[in-house]
Amino acid sequence: MNTNTNIVLACIDGSSLTEAVCDYAAWIAQRVDAPLKLLHTIDHHQETAAIADLSGNIGLDTQEHLLEELTAVEQQVSKLRLQQGKQLLQAAKVRVIQAGIAKPITNQRHGSLVESLIELEDDIGVLIIGVRGKVHENQPDKIGAKLESIIRSLHTPILVVNEAFKTPQRIMIAYDGSPAAEKAIDMVANSPLYKGLSCHLVCVSKDEGMADYLLAVATNKLLAAGGIEVFPIKLKGKADQALCEYQANHNIDLTIMGAFTHTRIHDLLLGSFTARMLLNTHKPLLLWR
Amino acid sequence: MLFLSKKQDWLGNIRGDVLAGLVVALALIPEAIAFSIIAGVDPKVGLYASFCIAVITAFIGGRPGMISAATGAMALLMVTLVKDHGLHYLLAATLLTGVLQIIAGYLKLGGLMSFVSRSVVTGFVNALAILIFMAQLPELTHVTWHVYAMTAAGLAIIYLFPYIPVIGKSLPSPLVCIVALTAIAIYLHLDIRTVGDMGALPDMLPVFLWPEVSLTLETLQIIFPYSAGLAVVGLLESLMTATIVDDLTDTTSDKNRECKGQGLANIGAGLLGGMAGCAMIGQSVINIKSGGRGRLSTLIAGSFLLIMVVFLDAWISRIPMAALVAVMIMVSIGTFSWRSLINLKHHPLSTNIVMIATVIVVVWTHNLAFGVFVGVLLASLFFANKISHFMYVESKLDEDNSTRTYRVFGQIFFNSADKFSAAFDFKEAVEKVVIDLHRAHFWDITSVTALDKVVIKFRREGADVEIIGMNEATTTLIDRFGTHDKPEEIEKTMGGH
Repeated sequence: MNTNTNIVLACIDGSSLTEAVCDYAAWIAQRVDAPLKLLHTIDHHQETAAIADLSGNIGLDTQEHLLEELTAVEQQVSKLRLQQGKQLLQAAKVRVIQAGIAKPITNQRHGSLVESLIELEDDIGVLIIGVRGKVHENQPDKIGAKLESIIRSLHTPILVVNEAFKTPQRIMIAYDGSPAAEKAIDMVANSPLYKGLSCHLVCVSKDEGMADYLLAVATNKLLAAGGIEVFPIKLKGKADQALCEYQANHNIDLTIMGAFTHTRIHDLLLGSFTARMLLNTHKPLLLWR
Repeated sequence: MLFLSKKQDWLGNIRGDVLAGLVVALALIPEAIAFSIIAGVDPKVGLYASFCIAVITAFIGGRPGMISAATGAMALLMVTLVKDHGLHYLLAATLLTGVLQIIAGYLKLGGLMSFVSRSVVTGFVNALAILIFMAQLPELTHVTWHVYAMTAAGLAIIYLFPYIPVIGKSLPSPLVCIVALTAIAIYLHLDIRTVGDMGALPDMLPVFLWPEVSLTLETLQIIFPYSAGLAVVGLLESLMTATIVDDLTDTTSDKNRECKGQGLANIGAGLLGGMAGCAMIGQSVINIKSGGRGRLSTLIAGSFLLIMVVFLDAWISRIPMAALVAVMIMVSIGTFSWRSLINLKHHPLSTNIVMIATVIVVVWTHNLAFGVFVGVLLASLFFANKISHFMYVESKLDEDNSTRTYRVFGQIFFNSADKFSAAFDFKEAVEKVVIDLHRAHFWDITSVTALDKVVIKFRREGADVEIIGMNEATTTLIDRFGTHDKPEEIEKTMGGH
C-alpha cells in the first residue's frame, strides 16, 4: 500500500470544510497506511482582464509596454496567492501531523483544480474534497461549482466531505448491482479501511426478488472478506429520499455509492441522482466511478 | 468542433469585453473606411467586411479576444484587381480566399508558422506600418494648410487626451479626435475632403450578394493569383496576431481552427458584399489594452460597428479625411516595432539583414507575402551557413607512416560538403586511409556523394580506404524521424554535440 500510486489526496482551498477534509484524509491515510498529499491549486482566471485602459490609442511600442504592465500586475497577484496558498497548506500540514500522519506531502499547482487532478490522477488512490469551495461557502443549497466536473473527469474514488470530522463507525453502501457499485463492494471487502466497521448494505428496488438476490451475493462477498459486520437492508421508494432517511435514522457516518453512471444528457433531462444525494445528505459520501 | 467554445470564453469577462468591444468598434470604423479607400472600393465594402469578419470570427475563430476585420495588408493586395476588373471580381476572389484558408486549416498549415522567424515577423509588422503610413500620403499631398493643421491637431488629441485626469482613460482618444475634428470642420465650414467624398457608406444592413462574375476558367485565372496571395497574407497576419495575443494574455490558441475561422469569415464577407480581411495587430492590442479577453469583445466590436455606421451614416460622411489620416498614422506608429530599431545595434548582422530585407521587399512590391518569402528564405540560408561551421576533420598518421586516420566531426550537408572534401589531403602518399565517421552526421545526398568522391580520389592515388561508423553517420539521412524523436534516440543519433 505504500506505493506512490495510492496517494490519499486532500484538496485544500481555505474554505470552512478544509479542516474536515484534512481530518478525513488523515483518518483514511492512517487506516490504509498510504502517503497523504495536500493539494492547493491557484486558478488564474486568465479569461478576465486585470487592467483596463479605455484610451483606445496605440503609440510607441504599446505592445511591449502592455506586456510588461500585464506581467507586472499578474506577478504581484500570483505572488500573493502563492503565499496565501502556502499558509493554507502549512496550516493543513500541522493539522494532519497532529492527527498522526508522519510525513504529509504538500503540493501547490497553477491552473484549475480539474486540470491538476487529471494530471495527478494516476497517483491518486482516493481523493478527498469538500462538497463546496469558497465560492458557495455560505450556500448550503448548492454544491461546489467544479465538483460535478471533477467527479466526472476522474476515475478514482472520491470522498466528498460535508461536515466536521467524526470517526466513522457505521457505513452504508448504496447497492444496485451496477458495475460501479460492484467495484465499491470489492473495495470495501479488500481494503483495510473498513475493517471493524459495521456496514449497512442498502438496496432500493421495486423488485424484491432481485433485491434479495443482489443483497445475498454482495453480503457473501463482504462476509467472506471478514472483519466487517454486514446488515443487508431492502428499501422502497425514491432512492435518494430512502437513502437519506435511512442514513439519518440509523446514524450512518459514511455513505458509499456509485456516481454519475448516466451520461450528462440523461442527467440534464432527468436530474442526476448523485447530484441530489450530494445536495441532500449531511454525511460524507464516498463516490465510486 | 468549429462552433464549440467554453462558457468562460464568452461570459468570463463580460464587463471588460463589452467596454473593450465598444472601444475597438469605434477605432474599427475609421480603419475600415481607410482600408476601403486603399483598395479602391466604397467605404461600405470595408465596413460590411469588418462587421462580417469580426462577428464570424467571434464564434469560430481560434483565438478569443483577437480582432479580425478588413485590413491594410489585404487591401494593398486588391488594388490592381479592383482597378482592372471591378468590385465583383474582388468579391469572387474573397470567396476563393476563404476556401483556400479553410483548406489550409484542414491541412494543418498553421504549423508552418514555425518557419517564420522572429526577425521576419518584425520585418512584417514594420513593413505593414510603413505601408499604412504611405497609404495616407495621397491625403496629405496637394492640400491646403488646413488639412495639415487638422491632422496635427488630431494626433495631438489622440496622444495627449489620455493624460487628462479621470475622463482621459475612460473615453477612447481616437473617438475624441474624430468628434472634435468633425465639429471644427463643420463649425468653420472648412472646405476639406470628407469621408462622404470617398464613396458610398452603408445605409442598410448588409444583404446576400452573389458576385456577378461568369463561372469560367478565365475568371479563375484572374482571381486565383490574388486569392492565393490574400490567403497567405491573411493567415500570416492572423497567426502572428494570435501569437501576440497569446503572449499578452498568457493563454494559448488553436492556430488551425483560426485558419478555418478566417476562411469562413472571408466567405461570409464575400457573400455580404465585403472585401477579404484578417486579424488586425493594432486593434487586437487595443482590445487587450482596453480589458477585452473573450469572444464577446469581438462580437460586440463587429455588431456595434454595424449599428453605428448604419444609423449614423449621415454624420460619418461628414468626418474630415484629416481625422481619419490622424487615426491611421496612430495605427502605423502603434504597429511599427520601434524597439527593433534599437535592437539593430545588438542583434547579429544576419538577423538584421533578414528583417530589413523583409521590409524592403514588402515596401517595394506592396505584397507582404513576397517579403515573408524572402525573409524566410534568407533566414534559412543564414541558418544553413551557421550550421555548416559545426564541422571539422582531424587526422593522424600512424607510427610507420603508412596509414592516415581521418576523424570527422559535425554536420555534413549541402552547404558543408565542399568544406568536408577540402579537409582531406589527397597529395599525401599513404597506403591506407581510415575515415572515422562515428561522430559525423550526413544529412543529405550531397554529403554522401561528397564522401563517395573522397573515397574514389584516395583509391586513384593508390590508397586502400576503410570507412568506419558509416551507419551511425547516416541515421540522419532518413526523412522520417518518428523513431528518433525520443530523448535517448536523439542522444544516440546526435551524441557528442
